[in-house]
Amino acid sequence: MQQRIDKLGVVIALTLAGAAFLPLATYRANRIAGGEGKSIAEALPAWAAVALALVLVAAALVALIRSSTGLRLGTSLAGIAALALAVGFSAIYLTPEGDRYARVAPGSGFWLALFGLAIMAADAMVRLRLGPTARIAGVLLFFGALGLLLVSGVWDGLSILKEYSGRADVFWREAGTHMTLAVGSLAAAVAVGLPLGIAADRVDRLRAPVLNVLNIVQTIPSIALFGILIAPLGWLAANVPGAAAIGIRGIGIAPAFVALFLYSLLPMVANTVVGLRGVAREAVEAARGMGMTNAQRLFKVELPLAAPLILTGIRIVLVQNIGLATIAALIGGGGFGVFVFQGIGQTATDLILLGAVPTVLLAFAAAVVLDAVVELTAKGAP
Amino acid sequence: MIELQHLTKRYGGTTVVDNVSLTVEARSIAVIVGTSGSGKTTLMRMVNRLVEPTSGRVLIDGVDTATIAPFELRRRIGYAIQNHGLFPHRTVAQNIATVPALLGWDSGAIAARVNELLELFGLDPAAFAKRYPHELSGGQQQRVGVARALAAKPNLLLMDEPFGALDPIVRTKAQEDLKAIQRTLGTTIILVTHDMEEAISLGDRIAVMDGGRLLQYASPNEILVRPATAFVDDLIGTGDRPFRLLSLTPLAEAVEAGPAEGEPMPGDRSLRDALAELLWSKRAALPVAGADGAVIGRVTLDGLLKRAARPA
Repeated sequence: MQQRIDKLGVVIALTLAGAAFLPLATYRANRIAGGEGKSIAEALPAWAAVALALVLVAAALVALIRSSTGLRLGTSLAGIAALALAVGFSAIYLTPEGDRYARVAPGSGFWLALFGLAIMAADAMVRLRLGPTARIAGVLLFFGALGLLLVSGVWDGLSILKEYSGRADVFWREAGTHMTLAVGSLAAAVAVGLPLGIAADRVDRLRAPVLNVLNIVQTIPSIALFGILIAPLGWLAANVPGAAAIGIRGIGIAPAFVALFLYSLLPMVANTVVGLRGVAREAVEAARGMGMTNAQRLFKVELPLAAPLILTGIRIVLVQNIGLATIAALIGGGGFGVFVFQGIGQTATDLILLGAVPTVLLAFAAAVVLDAVVELTAKGAP
Repeated sequence: MIELQHLTKRYGGTTVVDNVSLTVEARSIAVIVGTSGSGKTTLMRMVNRLVEPTSGRVLIDGVDTATIAPFELRRRIGYAIQNHGLFPHRTVAQNIATVPALLGWDSGAIAARVNELLELFGLDPAAFAKRYPHELSGGQQQRVGVARALAAKPNLLLMDEPFGALDPIVRTKAQEDLKAIQRTLGTTIILVTHDMEEAISLGDRIAVMDGGRLLQYASPNEILVRPATAFVDDLIGTGDRPFRLLSLTPLAEAVEAGPAEGEPMPGDRSLRDALAELLWSKRAALPVAGADGAVIGRVTLDGLLKRAARPA
């Protein structure tokens, strides 16, 4: 008997069904008041509620029955778009006219439905076996659509954007700090880790000690590492002329940068070593035998062949650093973590989300794009 | 002319190559044969200084290789190895262009040379130049490996078990192609193998190595007929010896007058082929054809049996 029901589709359909009975949006009289869940019927005007319900039912059916991959992808993306628009409308619909304190946030139903539809879309994309360039294009399209939603004003009623509108300039400043921390420490880790990895590959007696020390650094909890760094950096700032002038201090961005750099070294060095060790022995032998100098062998044969693994190290480091950089706010290092910790202090969930959501999106984009780049550099591999 | 003079290589207390001297004539093929650990590969690698000798020296056309920087020396000497050693991230054309590019040839000359070599090795440039090594069959990869070694028109080509990874049919074809190309280009070849059959079919001279020492350096015929030691005798394999001896002589050199039935065999085939054909078709004689296809005589079973016997 031919199986007509998709197994993953059952999970997705159940998720969507569950989401329909949970609140689409949460209404609060002000930003720290208790929330009040609003179901789809309560959160939207009747026509919009019916339309959203129909879209969700259609998506559940398409997910449940074995159908073409293109249809599954289209339906899930349409469902996500409908959900995004609906939650924006609900904010405008639920907020009383002229009330500046009321807050409407996406509710558990929204998040659950988004989760279900995102799984459906991701599953469809995996089944399509998209090439690397198509995946990068997909990320660009996603961010384009997101930018369009933000600019169009559909979401202006949502609490997270109300938090944003009050501190737009701070938001972009912290975004800049966050990227400086994550990308800057990555650049420093590449500049130090790549030569260190090459040296560890060449010199047998160096390899084990280097990797062991970096392994130990990796096991130090981030908050403890910040604490450990306060004393030496403070001493540097106080005793080395010019150190304070270039921003070295016991707290602030310097220790955060150093900590992220130290965490980045292990993946960089380890992947460089593994990549170089994995280069086919015959290729290295042939390179020597044909008269390449040591430098030519390294740059023309070994590094290009190790590139996919080295880039995988860079990917690990960047995604890890984008996440870890949130902790920097604890010691005054800035970044999106500022909103997260302020939000926790004020019990303002929306403010936490203002810090957390961009962090997650950045990490996601970095992962997809760098994965695609790794695949593009692995040309000629069997 | 390549002269190896008193070459010795020691690692710590172990002597891997022990005072080996031999001379390879220009435009000839010298095959170094031995079991694993005999020092044959180390001996060859001392020629292009991948291994520096502990003592002794190598002269190429009278010039001591120790006076040339290793990477410059290696760019002048072709080098082909087992499992081809092609660069997996470079196309066939880029692989072949490696040494010319290192030598700074201009791109037009490189492209012309790549096409020339692909055609010489029976690989259509339009179809193969832009492919990656993993998209080729084992035999094609091996041919590209040899083409790459010959790219900068070296006078000397070193080959380290170049056919070791090929299946028997492809290997035989590759050996014949190598012989033909060597005759066309006049390249001097030093080839290392553990396979005595390969050594006899390819070598103008064969160097037999064991335990780091050179046991015998002689023509294939000499090695078969007068093995210097019991070890050389073992390596030849007594069961195959008469057939290997026959395989050294082309039919054209053994024709007798007289009639024979059946399809003639070309004169450039070996006596061994003729013997196999006679045994298989239960004949006592077969006609031999000259280069133009006309019958020039015959070979007989009796004649072949006499030639297969130990010379007096």
